[in-house]
Amino acid sequence: MDNGLPRLILAAILAAALLALPALVEAAGRGYWTGIATHVLIFALAAGSLNLILGFGGMVSFGHAAFLGTGAYVVGILSHHASMGIPIATWPFAIAGTESALIAWPLAMLAAGALAFVIGLISLRTGGLYFIMITLAFAQMVYFFFVSLEPYGGDDGLSMWSRSRLPGLDLGSDTQFYYVVLALVALAYFLKSRVIHSRFGVVLRGSRDNDRRMRAIGHPTRRYRLAAFTLAGAVAGLAGALIANQTEFVSPAFLHWTRSGEMLVMVILGGIGTVLGPALGATAFLLLEEVFSGWTEHWMIVLGPLLLAVVLFAKRGLWGLVSRPGEVPRD
Amino acid sequence: MTEPLLRVTGLRKAFGAVVATDGLHLDVMPGEVHALIGPNGAGKTTLVAQLAGEIAPDDGRIDFAGADITRLSMHARTRRGLARSFQITSLFPRFTALENVALAVQARAGHAFRFWRPAWRDPTLLEPAHAVLARLGLDLHADRPASTLSHGEQRQLEIAVALATQPRLLLLDEPMAGLGPEDSAWMVELLGELRGEVAMLLIEHDMDAVFTLADRITVLVYGRALASGTPDAIRADPEVRRAYLGDGAEAGAEAV
Repeated sequence: MDNGLPRLILAAILAAALLALPALVEAAGRGYWTGIATHVLIFALAAGSLNLILGFGGMVSFGHAAFLGTGAYVVGILSHHASMGIPIATWPFAIAGTESALIAWPLAMLAAGALAFVIGLISLRTGGLYFIMITLAFAQMVYFFFVSLEPYGGDDGLSMWSRSRLPGLDLGSDTQFYYVVLALVALAYFLKSRVIHSRFGVVLRGSRDNDRRMRAIGHPTRRYRLAAFTLAGAVAGLAGALIANQTEFVSPAFLHWTRSGEMLVMVILGGIGTVLGPALGATAFLLLEEVFSGWTEHWMIVLGPLLLAVVLFAKRGLWGLVSRPGEVPRD
Repeated sequence: MTEPLLRVTGLRKAFGAVVATDGLHLDVMPGEVHALIGPNGAGKTTLVAQLAGEIAPDDGRIDFAGADITRLSMHARTRRGLARSFQITSLFPRFTALENVALAVQARAGHAFRFWRPAWRDPTLLEPAHAVLARLGLDLHADRPASTLSHGEQRQLEIAVALATQPRLLLLDEPMAGLGPEDSAWMVELLGELRGEVAMLLIEHDMDAVFTLADRITVLVYGRALASGTPDAIRADPEVRRAYLGDGAEAGAEAV
């Protein structure tokens, strides 16, 4: 890569800025920005997981919020039972709630991944517009499931007593929570950058570009697409677990279809099929929301034209503009 | 007598009232170049789709290398050694020529649940891919995205991708489609070189190519095999002349 060095320097600056962020905003007397940055990072994780299937797999899923919300509810429900001292189940064996992140977060990923596996198993039999509609339909089913889940607040949602517990750390501290989120997001993006170039990744991308030919040369593509869908669901579940922790509250709003739409917008805005694009898209989206929603609740009036401009003029989104403008798209 | 590599028995496929394949019988012997010709609407495309596993026949069976593959999926057939090239070039435009071929090599190399090591730096994929490209004279273009290749080069790559799956039978769906005289001649030469190494079922409109390459020709009309035999026998067959070849094609055949 001819521009390897500038990229490395850019990455180092970015890493330093992210690491120093809590101290910097504290010094600037804007400590609450740590929370905003955490929020951005969590959605960078969620949008990044969507990009794995959307950008690299060509699967336009309009139901990604279902996995986010499921992950959030797993953490919320486990924490609810732990704080109330009521077991989740007594038969066939007793299951108690927990506030431990080491148990609750992997469970959130597992539940969201399992849900994604089932939804993917059915949805991936279709393609194109039907796939968009069927994933949306499944997400709506999950949404209404949680709306009608009265023991856990139904429409009103469920408050958590505290954030999850992690040995040696205090996640109740916004700064410490920020660093935990940052570490997880960085790890996820690093793994993703490996995966998309692995054998699995090239099969996924080949199937995105020409699924028929992939099958004709002997790749059973559906199982790889399903694996990617499941993986993306699990990572979205982790993002959900984190968002539940940040807000210490879960509600069906996390699963609303507009959430799925927002994640799609983040990916498209940042750059479909680019590794860091979704992080950029999540940042731009949430910062625009932060700034403009203070002026007017119709802040989407600002987002709309911006999204239009990106879609019309920047094939690879904001990332395409800042990284290598004018380059022929190739991944 | 050797067993045929591909045996099609009583194959039938109808779309409503239109019978595209009508109780077809067809054999391809190991190493044989078997050409399939027929006028437009004879059912060639439907037959290819059934042989490749893209659509299921209504009746009949397809045996390949001694096993019934009638209900096998497309990818499973390819893994058994039945590869196809497409009439309309079907490549991975964003991938380089080398990566296009390496994807086909990878399909042979077992499952793709490998998430860590970069595939395009794996010599076990790239070396065989390079060898196939070199054989087809595409090695100079190895690092160019497929979308930037000329039509003729894309047709070559189309064959390269199919070859990289190490087939025992190549299902060639109009490999000369859209090629100029020069590229056509080159393609005939290439397919001639592959003779004996891999069996071919050649569907082609270019009669010069068919009569040059084929060991045996089957004439397909209305989904049935009207005649099957050596090029000389087909050329002499009065029924074939009447039904299909006509004056123009006859002149072409005589030029061979």
